Amino acid sequence: MGSVTAERTRGSVSMRVSRFFFRHPHGRLGVLLGGPLAWFLIVYFGSLFVLFLSAFWGVDVFTSEIVRNWGFQNFKTLWETDVYRTIALRTIGLAAAVTITDIVLAFPLAYYAARMATPRRRNMILVAVIVPLWANYLVRVFSWKLILSPTGLLNWTVETLGIGSLQIANSGWAIWLTFSYLWLPFTLLPIYGALERISPSFLEASGDLGARGWMTFRRVVFPLIIPGIVAGSIFSFSLTLGDYIVPSLVGNTKFIGNVIYDNVGVANNVPFAAAYALVPVAVMAIYLLIAKRLGAFEAL
Amino acid sequence: MESRTARFMIRFGSVVALLFLYIPLVIVVLYAFNNSIGQKWPISSFTTKYFGLAWRSPDLREALINSLMIASVATLLALLLGSAAAFAVHRYRFFGRNSVSLMLVLPITLPGIVTAIALNSSFNTFGISLGLMTIMIGHATFCIVVVYNNVIARLRRTPTSFVEASQDLGADGWQTFRYVTFPAIRTALVAGALLAFALSFDEIIVTNFVAGTQLTIPKFIFNNLRQPRNRPIVNVVAVVAMVVMIVPVIIAQRLAGGAQAVGATRGGDVATPAEPAGGP
Repeated sequence: MGSVTAERTRGSVSMRVSRFFFRHPHGRLGVLLGGPLAWFLIVYFGSLFVLFLSAFWGVDVFTSEIVRNWGFQNFKTLWETDVYRTIALRTIGLAAAVTITDIVLAFPLAYYAARMATPRRRNMILVAVIVPLWANYLVRVFSWKLILSPTGLLNWTVETLGIGSLQIANSGWAIWLTFSYLWLPFTLLPIYGALERISPSFLEASGDLGARGWMTFRRVVFPLIIPGIVAGSIFSFSLTLGDYIVPSLVGNTKFIGNVIYDNVGVANNVPFAAAYALVPVAVMAIYLLIAKRLGAFEAL
Repeated sequence: MESRTARFMIRFGSVVALLFLYIPLVIVVLYAFNNSIGQKWPISSFTTKYFGLAWRSPDLREALINSLMIASVATLLALLLGSAAAFAVHRYRFFGRNSVSLMLVLPITLPGIVTAIALNSSFNTFGISLGLMTIMIGHATFCIVVVYNNVIARLRRTPTSFVEASQDLGADGWQTFRYVTFPAIRTALVAGALLAFALSFDEIIVTNFVAGTQLTIPKFIFNNLRQPRNRPIVNVVAVVAMVVMIVPVIIAQRLAGGAQAVGATRGGDVATPAEPAGGP
């Protein structure tokens, strides 16, 4: 008996609570949205703001302490030092090269999965594409170090075939190859999505109007999958811009990420690193704006 | 539709892409059993002795315990915040609603190094010392979107009439949640949690900047990769880390996929992870 009464009282309390929220939907919205919003405002945007501010600070030459002497000195150094300009351009160039490579590599498999495979095989391919994405990032980088080493699989294959030898360990080629490997699934999935959404009637119409395969691809398929391609490229481009691990493990060239890493770790010049970090932010801001124009956000 | 040559090219390209994706994974598994310290191909003799060696390494144990702890806490935070955000966006119309998912996805769309150095400089500015807690905060920030994506995809597929029916039958908010909403999103929560866990377990780019002296599994791999003497141990850790990540992801995929058969829309709940963590 007692428990039933307790049940009722509790029920009525919770009833009252739910009535309150039913009448005040904004109260409930506040409870739900408050947490994530506060977290992002404080932890994430707060940090980005501090990063932005510290780009205008300096470092005491003798004590290596951060001094808050506001000014554009870091940006001046960035702009006037050839090395930093070269590194920034090199990074953007690499990101573009990796992105294009991934699009070219991804297209056939995406097309096969979306338009030629049986449903069962399509699922298998999708899982097969997603699994490497989750197979530990560092391990996948490491594996390329093993493959590309002078005594590794690649050179062994080339030598066994008698084509000579292929020494690309610690080179720009190694960096390009590793990045292309890492981000391929990211590029592939949105392209697959875009291809799958094309209605077969479009292709039939194109064929009925006399277009051959290539013409249909160029005039119908390609324009329709542009949002998917751009959506995929956001990842390969952005992730390449912000990565310092791959160049330091499989290559010996410096990219934006390495300069930032060295300045935070070894040189202890966080304000300069912060200023340099604004370069990829600016590049991505422009990239995202263009991507939005091209309808990539709907294809994400 | 496609010509015979085109079909051949597409098949050929597909095989190339699949080989490209899988050869490196196979290589890593094979090298874990490599007996010699020199990492020469082809592998001349096989052994399992490095698994035992790795298991007994105190550094590695510390790294494993840290990684598991960090991933658990980050996942828990991501579950709370990510599903709350998903409910808010799904149920309500409010100013800035369309920007919520953009906001949540930013930590994984902006270059990883930016999140990394932003967190680093703000922790330093406010005198928060780097350690396990700062890693958890960093990881939770980019794990939120994974949970959010999974939960909101599921909510969109669950008819609102279920909730209305429950209310009509006299259930209060809590009962509706407990008996209607929660069962509907349960597997999406588990899938999101598994993916968030894997994402955190994998992260190195941000971790390096917020970890201070604390070890994690990816940090252990990163630190030892350049020391040829420790290569065999790294090979072993690599395989174990790969398995630890892939298993939860496959389970997550199943869970999301199982619901998919019921749900109206195609396309998995399991969104692409974003970065390696933030990561990369």
